Amino acid sequence: MANIFPKWVNSIPVKVIIALVLIKTAVVVGVTYYFSPEYTRVGYAPTQPVAFSHEFHSGTLEIDCRYCHTFVDRSGHSNVPGTNVCMSCHSMVLKDDDRLAAVRQSYESGEPIPWVRIHKVPDYVYFNHAVHVNRGIGCVECHGQVNEMEVVHHAKQLSMGFCLECHRNPEDYIRPIDEVYNLDWERPSDSQSIEEIEGFVHDWGVNPPQSCSGCHR
Amino acid sequence: MSTDSTDSQFSPERSALLSKVEPAVLEEQALVTNNRDFNWVTNKICKIVETNAPNWWWVCFAVALATASFTLVGLIWLVSTGVGVWGLANPINWGWAIVNFVFWIGIGHAGTLISAILCLLKQGWRTSINRAAEAMTIFAVVCAGIFPLFHVGRVWFAWWLFPLPNANLIWPQFRSPLEWDVFAVSTYGTVSVLFWYMGMIPDLGILRDRAVQRLTKGVYEGSSKLRQSMAHGADIFRKYFYGVLAMGWRNAGNHWRNYEMAYLLLAGLSTPLVLSVHTIVSFDFAVAVLPGWHTTIFPPYFVAGAIFSGFGMVLTLMLPLRALYGLHDLITQRHIDNMCKICLGTGSIVGYAYIMEFFIAWYGANPYESFAFINRAFGQYSWAYYIMFSCNVFTPQLFWFSAVRKNAALVWIMSILINVGMWFERFVITVTSLANDFLPSSWGYYSPTIVDVFTFFGTFGLFSTLFLLFLRFLPLMPIGEIKFVMPQADPHGHESDNGKESH
Repeated sequence: MANIFPKWVNSIPVKVIIALVLIKTAVVVGVTYYFSPEYTRVGYAPTQPVAFSHEFHSGTLEIDCRYCHTFVDRSGHSNVPGTNVCMSCHSMVLKDDDRLAAVRQSYESGEPIPWVRIHKVPDYVYFNHAVHVNRGIGCVECHGQVNEMEVVHHAKQLSMGFCLECHRNPEDYIRPIDEVYNLDWERPSDSQSIEEIEGFVHDWGVNPPQSCSGCHR
Repeated sequence: MSTDSTDSQFSPERSALLSKVEPAVLEEQALVTNNRDFNWVTNKICKIVETNAPNWWWVCFAVALATASFTLVGLIWLVSTGVGVWGLANPINWGWAIVNFVFWIGIGHAGTLISAILCLLKQGWRTSINRAAEAMTIFAVVCAGIFPLFHVGRVWFAWWLFPLPNANLIWPQFRSPLEWDVFAVSTYGTVSVLFWYMGMIPDLGILRDRAVQRLTKGVYEGSSKLRQSMAHGADIFRKYFYGVLAMGWRNAGNHWRNYEMAYLLLAGLSTPLVLSVHTIVSFDFAVAVLPGWHTTIFPPYFVAGAIFSGFGMVLTLMLPLRALYGLHDLITQRHIDNMCKICLGTGSIVGYAYIMEFFIAWYGANPYESFAFINRAFGQYSWAYYIMFSCNVFTPQLFWFSAVRKNAALVWIMSILINVGMWFERFVITVTSLANDFLPSSWGYYSPTIVDVFTFFGTFGLFSTLFLLFLRFLPLMPIGEIKFVMPQADPHGHESDNGKESH
């Protein structure tokens, strides 16, 4: 009986297997890289309507975060300041500068400046700023070194895994309350200080939720 | 082993006694009757695929497709609206979906039992029913899988059931029997497909070679030119279709040796699955701390019930096929007898379990447990309990009588009753315990909605559609293995035992 298939068909199964392995590897690697929050979020730095420099205000001038984000330690939501806060200095400093024209206009008209939001957790996630900053989680843990950013960008992943990493091991991230707003603070390396810092978790009754309903309320 | 050599091992007293008593020689019925030869078997099975589909096939196929569309409608309805369209409501959050899942998964068990356990036990009678039973297993798993899949609610997230690394740093709950189910059922489905397909390769080779032979001969009979060229075209399709599927099978000695070894390995691999899959399904209930569910009897009781329902379904399918395709010489009364006896055995285990549950409910002296069972038999769902009990406990007991087993129509009706009973068993277990749990203020009564009914009704269509396609395109029985159990294949031949002993 004559062969149904030509001889070159013999190598097809091997080729198919090799192709499947390659495709599968490519898909896994591709999804792992391109679909991760590391790729989709980190580095997002939209142009803001006013070129406000955190590097200058927070870094060089060392203005406390709470001077502008006034309710971060008292409210679940960390507010973006109204232009009246800007004008508390800029009514005297650089009062006629062109770069501040939009701020003055907003202050006079009462129309807020349409800042572009950078950090946002999904609607189905409950996040409370006050409870974090009042229990020794520094701004820098989620927002990065904003005091060094000329233009603020998305520095951390803010993925669920990112949240859980800290909720599972709070002792690795907690810091003295006094240092929460100090973006340049470094964890001491001597064992006595580490022990002291890790003790905060116990002393302050820090018990971060890991159940679904802790954040997905 | 011949009769003469056996006799010589025993003492003369024994031989004298035996000749005095003259014990009856029990004829073992042949597995292929009417003295059919090898060629007849090949032709009979291949012709089912090679000739035009009979009219009844088209009628059944149309009805099956129409029925299957109900599942499609039910699922579209569900996905576009939400799980609320099912009849689930507190406190009964496991309704028909789980009932139907367990029902279909259970049906599949006969296929694995026949192909794996009966193979290891060298039961020759499995050969003419194993292929169809394995097909039934796979199609039943397909039907079963639909229900938990859509029960998760957002079906597009169903892949979360698998433990894949993800940016959320979370895993499925490995302590949940529902997660074990995912592994048990997917393993079961995979191994069943492998077993089914591998067993089919020699037969696919036969179908390929027959098509090639006809093409070489080039003579096609038919009333018109069109019919002839259609038959020709069909053979070209078969040449490539079966050619690809047969994976280069050449019927060579080393092919058969590898085949036998692979078959044995897969049989060994699937044997634990026969027991494990439904054991884990029973854990869905038994691991929960709910009266009526939390019992150690569940795994064996569920496995027995699964095999019971599976053989019921095999009978339901094979008896009409036997009549429609004229397969009486291949599926003999001996096959039917054996299947009925397995139904009888497993059905009796199930009946024993029902009674034992009541005994333990009394003996355990737990008021909640005893309430659960009194409520089952006499409460708001007692009607379902009576259907279950009469179908599952009384029906198989009739199989004690050979007159019943010889009446194919009666056996067929009873096989359907068995599956009705087994569906109600799952309904009773799932719903009664949930409807009347610890807190009387939250007691409820479960009723399915039209969407539940559509989805379940349609799965019978889906199952039938797949099975009819199997009949149409794949060999219904393992040709080589049937030949192996035929009297002609007996290496001792007929002459040596002088009719005193038959194999």
